[in-house]
Amino acid sequence: MKKQTSATGQWEASTAKNGTRVLIWALAWVLTTALAAFGPKAFWDFHTGLTILGVLINVGVGFGMIFATKRHLQALDEMHQKIFRDAAVLSLGVGLVCASSYELLEDIQLITFQPEISHVMILMCLTFLVGMIAGHRKYR
Amino acid sequence: MKNRLKVLRAERDWTQARLANELEVSRQTINAIEKGKFDPSLPLAFKAARLFGLSIEEIFQDGAG
Repeated sequence: MKKQTSATGQWEASTAKNGTRVLIWALAWVLTTALAAFGPKAFWDFHTGLTILGVLINVGVGFGMIFATKRHLQALDEMHQKIFRDAAVLSLGVGLVCASSYELLEDIQLITFQPEISHVMILMCLTFLVGMIAGHRKYR
Repeated sequence: MKNRLKVLRAERDWTQARLANELEVSRQTINAIEKGKFDPSLPLAFKAARLFGLSIEEIFQDGAG
């Protein structure tokens, strides 16, 4: 019994560790996105090689974040996996529908400014957050 | 779906955290299952049945019937 309790303690520690890993990858992705966006102007005067390198690093770190999230999701228990999946589906659906309509608004001249992908990303992040909170409340 | 997890746990004087550890899920998941808010998967139901030395039907009952 002692052996099993120790094993499950390891499982909990591993889940927490995976969560921290996702956080670190997400932070790294935000930083490399900022570097890819502002680096050409602020640091290397639009040097093509360095700009391409900046973008490649950003994409690479982005994929690292995806794999870390996948590992984290697989390590969660089934109820938390369901909460995560439901929130992700909600976020994807809202993002898809709103991005489509948002882009249309400019085409039909209901807005005068250029739609920004960052607005959709913020909306998707907030929707995911709301979905996670709603999921946790549902099963509380 | 109804279940007897709370009763079985109480008979052994186990906390939700202890049962969660034994089934390798979170305490919140045990709480949600006990309250009937979350239905466990078949593998988790089998795991619970093995842990208590009972059949799945002795722990989980179809609430629709």
